[in-house]
Amino acid sequence: MSSSAGSGSLARYILIRVILVIPMMLVLLTVVFILLRVAPGDPVTAAVGGHLPPAIIAQKRHDLGLDQPLYKQYLEYLGHAARFDFGTTITDNQPVLNVVRDKGGATLTLTAGAFLVALLIGLPLGRLAGRFRDSGLDAVIRVFGIVTYAAPIFWVGVLLVAFVATHFPSWPTYGIASAQTTYVVPSHTHILIVDAIYANYWTGVFDILQHCVLPCVTLGLLITGVIIRLVRVNVIQALKGDYVEAARARGIPEGRVVRKHAFRNALVPVITVIGLQVALTLSGAVLTETTFNWPGVGSALVNYLNERDYPAVQGLVTFFAIVVVIVSLLVDILNALVDPRVRY
Amino acid sequence: MASVMSRAGSGIRSFFATIWNTKGLARYMFWAGLVITLVFVVCALFAPWVAPYGFDQTAAHGVDFPKLGPYDSTHLLGTNDQFFDIESRMIWGARTAIEVVLLSVILAGLVGVPLGLLSGFVGGWVDRILVFLMDAMYAFPSLLLAIVFSFLLKGKIGSGILAAALSLTAIYIPQYFRVVRNTTVSAREATYVEAARAIGAPPLTIMRKYLFSNVVQSVPVLATLNAADALGTLAALGFLGLGIQPTQASEWGYDLSRAIDDAQGGNWLPAFWPGLMIVLLITALTLVGEGLNETINPALRRRRLKPVMFGPRVPADVVGTGPSGGTGGTFDNAAADMEGGRP
Repeated sequence: MSSSAGSGSLARYILIRVILVIPMMLVLLTVVFILLRVAPGDPVTAAVGGHLPPAIIAQKRHDLGLDQPLYKQYLEYLGHAARFDFGTTITDNQPVLNVVRDKGGATLTLTAGAFLVALLIGLPLGRLAGRFRDSGLDAVIRVFGIVTYAAPIFWVGVLLVAFVATHFPSWPTYGIASAQTTYVVPSHTHILIVDAIYANYWTGVFDILQHCVLPCVTLGLLITGVIIRLVRVNVIQALKGDYVEAARARGIPEGRVVRKHAFRNALVPVITVIGLQVALTLSGAVLTETTFNWPGVGSALVNYLNERDYPAVQGLVTFFAIVVVIVSLLVDILNALVDPRVRY
Repeated sequence: MASVMSRAGSGIRSFFATIWNTKGLARYMFWAGLVITLVFVVCALFAPWVAPYGFDQTAAHGVDFPKLGPYDSTHLLGTNDQFFDIESRMIWGARTAIEVVLLSVILAGLVGVPLGLLSGFVGGWVDRILVFLMDAMYAFPSLLLAIVFSFLLKGKIGSGILAAALSLTAIYIPQYFRVVRNTTVSAREATYVEAARAIGAPPLTIMRKYLFSNVVQSVPVLATLNAADALGTLAALGFLGLGIQPTQASEWGYDLSRAIDDAQGGNWLPAFWPGLMIVLLITALTLVGEGLNETINPALRRRRLKPVMFGPRVPADVVGTGPSGGTGGTFDNAAADMEGGRP
């Protein structure tokens, strides 16, 4: 898709990239629609069939617009999605957007904390492994990276819980906060920790942070593996660069060469790939939330799946699709700002 | 036919020579991964003979198994909360895991590779639309896709090994497509393809005889890494209760989900074993994949230098046929490898 002109302007790149969001969104939403509306048959019967009289089921079908032809349902679905209306759940009859609003804060807290953990562990380890390539240290770090990536989140979570529960019985092992904190803190932003800080309720903040540690470390370890691998390869390739050779030739100590010259350039591709890990993190969040009873969007999705609530699943999956598209747009723009070679 | 066989043979030999000549850690990590993988494969193949009991057996010789029994001589790893022998569940689990992963990786390759080849070779609008579709699929969180597919397949074909494999297949097709398509696009302009075109080879022949063997070289790395990833996704599906049902086969992820309550109560061993199996097999497959990548990918490869041997002094007229210097030999080797699969 590169233009014959070679290098366009930054503004042009951003414009094209934003316009490309529309077909991408369309493809994803169509896939979601086909998978969750067309393929499975009647969602109302699947969710509440056998529990309600046929007349009420027919009424529900009518309310959800399921008695209309498919192309109308499809257009309606697209129209609603464009207005950020993801439909209504069948089992507890509330707008999916409310579910996202109420639970999204917890997922956001979890993923932010996990990224923090991952960067704190992954960046230094990846740099060390890249600098001392093929040494024993490199082997240990790489195997650590592979194992943390290979270890199922729920397994790491369960083992951590078992360990903490035996050795530190007072440390919280599930949920986002103790009952008292959730009761006391008034809801403004629907992000519990922000609300607690806003309410100046520091016991609550501390309580939430305590609850965060285990889930964030569990999810963070998964992302750590990816970051170590990436940083390592990029540092190795950056160290082969001519400017690194030049820096060495000027007599700059090796540690400084790695830190100031190679590492910084190695970080550019890392930014992109970290952005692309959002999809992985979302998958991971579903599992982490299920393991720790974390009241986020992921555990909500699993609950609706188990209740066979198709409209709720469709709504949440649509929401995830939109998040993925928007994040990939932001990553591409950020990447274009950082790296002038990225143009259409 | 014989020439094809011998060519394949020399291809494999030169492939192992490439691994052998690679310097550094990559080689050891590759062999370590391969050995662990083979142990699992042997367990999977001979599960009925290796495992002491069946995967859904709760009694033997008229004696019921204990619930959550400790490890002893009859149950090497104890029993779990469903009265199953954990050791047997782990061994049968290897069979399930390898069946599902192999099936899904092969299916994904069978769809993704020809599609990528076609898309890259034909180009134009077909290419653009396919790339766009695949990119959109690829951008989506893989676990969510797998969840949606297994959720749907549950109603259609039940939740056995085939259903699990199919729901995993869907998420890996885009990866094969992308890799093969990109290689095809760059190989399409190569001189040997131009030559083939010049002598009047039809497009299908060019794709089958000239492009395929060059393009397919990147697939083993991808397939191994995908297999590792698929294994994790399979376990995640099992953990969420959307994977293979316990009556159909033994699955590690399901066993883990059953063991959570025991772990919170302090008995962490029933949760530990299935997780360990998953980690071991995923790590092994990843090591093989990364080892392959470092040996096949010239950007990352480091060659082992052969020790330089000074032979006995030879008469002037034999010089040139004697053992050449180490580095020279290695470089010849490298050049031969580069030309490897090209017809």
